Amino acid sequence: MRSLASRIPWTLIVFLIALWVPFFGSRYETFIATQILIYALFAMSLNLLLGVTGLVSFGHVAYFGIGSYVCGILMKTLGVPFFIAFPAAGLGAGLFALVFGYFCVRLTKIYFAMLTLAFSQIVWAICFKWNDVTGGDQGLPDVPFPDIGWMSSLPGFGHFRIGEEFYFLVLILVMLCVAVLHRLERSPFGRVLTTIRENPERAAFIGVNVRAYELAAFTAAGVFAGFSGALFGIFNRGVFADYVFWSKSADVMIMTILGGMNHFWGPAIGAAVLTILNQQITSYTEYWPFVLGTILVLLLFVFPGGIMGALDAGWSRLRYGRGDA
Amino acid sequence: MTASSLFGQFMGGLTAAMFLFLIASGLSLIFGVLRVLNFAHGSFYMLGAYMAWQVVRWVTATMPGHFWLAALGAALGVAILGGVIERLLFRYLYGREELYQLLFTYALVLILGDAAKYTWGTEQLSVSRPSILNGSFEVFGTIVPDYNLFIIVIGPLIALGVWTMLTRTGLGRMVRAAALDREMLDALGANVGWLYTGMFMLSAALAGLAGALVTPIQGIVPGMDVEIIVQAFIVVVIGGLGSFWGTFWGSMLYGQVLSFGILIFPGFSLFSVFALMAVILILRPWGLFGRPIR
Repeated sequence: MRSLASRIPWTLIVFLIALWVPFFGSRYETFIATQILIYALFAMSLNLLLGVTGLVSFGHVAYFGIGSYVCGILMKTLGVPFFIAFPAAGLGAGLFALVFGYFCVRLTKIYFAMLTLAFSQIVWAICFKWNDVTGGDQGLPDVPFPDIGWMSSLPGFGHFRIGEEFYFLVLILVMLCVAVLHRLERSPFGRVLTTIRENPERAAFIGVNVRAYELAAFTAAGVFAGFSGALFGIFNRGVFADYVFWSKSADVMIMTILGGMNHFWGPAIGAAVLTILNQQITSYTEYWPFVLGTILVLLLFVFPGGIMGALDAGWSRLRYGRGDA
Repeated sequence: MTASSLFGQFMGGLTAAMFLFLIASGLSLIFGVLRVLNFAHGSFYMLGAYMAWQVVRWVTATMPGHFWLAALGAALGVAILGGVIERLLFRYLYGREELYQLLFTYALVLILGDAAKYTWGTEQLSVSRPSILNGSFEVFGTIVPDYNLFIIVIGPLIALGVWTMLTRTGLGRMVRAAALDREMLDALGANVGWLYTGMFMLSAALAGLAGALVTPIQGIVPGMDVEIIVQAFIVVVIGGLGSFWGTFWGSMLYGQVLSFGILIFPGFSLFSVFALMAVILILRPWGLFGRPIR
């Protein structure tokens, strides 16, 4: 089953299906789909650390936020076009991840989590107070959309507004990033990361420079988080210090766990489920955190493998007639 | 910069430090014994504040000693809540990966935060300070309210109390043994399960008490839980995870850095405390007073 499933080009299939959302879905559904794509990329970037390398980063939101601010400042304050601002956001987030990560990977377990949290709060404090550059607690409202008006001249695209055109742009960029992440996890580099997750000491014994690999993973995860942050700032029509607050790190972690961190697509599924659930539930109660907390408790006690883990277990029970896969 | 304003800054830092110590000591105790970093500790603090307000509502603010009753009620109420949570859910997470423990306590933050919002609404509530401590006095040209002095005194008193309990009593010996080797203590016939529950309740009670004591100084608002917990984490990390006196000196350092940080970089005092935490984690991950754990 694994070998067959892994031969299917899922990235391409998801892309081809998602392409039709603006054609058949409402404007609102396209909006939600855009949000899902952005969060999916964010959660998948975190999973490079959490699921693949086994590093519990409690400050991943820092790189999302840095990407957001870099892209927002470049596009709004300096008027730089999107095709420069977007790579710059990834680069900026990656640079910070490289510097912060250099210190973080020297620690393990709870200390690693705490230092990542400390760095993310440093970034938050700076974003929150540095009025001249980040807009402080007012943030940077009205980040412009990229120049994608030309899309409406494509055949069949004429009736789309900027929101839908932006969806296509997000879809292409996110899917490119996902394809790269997929390559990365399946590459020898990704295998070494998994070895480190399973047993860092053994990995060190067979000659792997554990810290260097962890730092590389940390930086790569930062770059992709930066990309997703850049898209999020444009999507939300502004960049605000809230994006960098530590509780966001927990939220993206919940997405990852909900979908299942042992599966490549798990975080994306978690992002989709959580985003849709959030939209549905917040429409009739303000107590979304309560619902989220309850889901999380259930998840931790009943389905620690998340949705994909539960599906996998169900599938092997069907196939082999037993529970443990 | 005169000597008197420096002294005022110092006293402000000291008061903040002792508040933080009340909160962080419980966090540190739990980490030291149960090896769990409890995000929900901030929620216990917030619930303590709300419960104190509730008790004052019930007994009416005109009753003499209402404040002390409220503080006691808050500590007890939160301790019971903590005990229930530990018995029903938390105990199943010992020995699981940190990720699951952190996320479970975060789930508690979400649930308790909304429960408080549901029960007490989102408007700011406040409790007046006890009438005995209404006055203030002047030292070196700085006006220090009696209430702040009370906090400055009660912090070390509680520290001393817990420290005596940990080092001078049989119960404390068991607690320290549980921190070193839970299985061995279990095998020796001690009831480790209830010991853990007791420690969890004690830690929750300290948080609840801190929440009650903060009400005369700060308004009770939703969100005070997530705000305080990061500060408490910083203190515990600076002092050394699980080190009791480390937490004490960690909060002293934190209070002063916060207080004087405002003078050095106005507006960036938050930055200075996070930077302090990062520097300490980089140079001495086990904190100023902690021991490296391998």
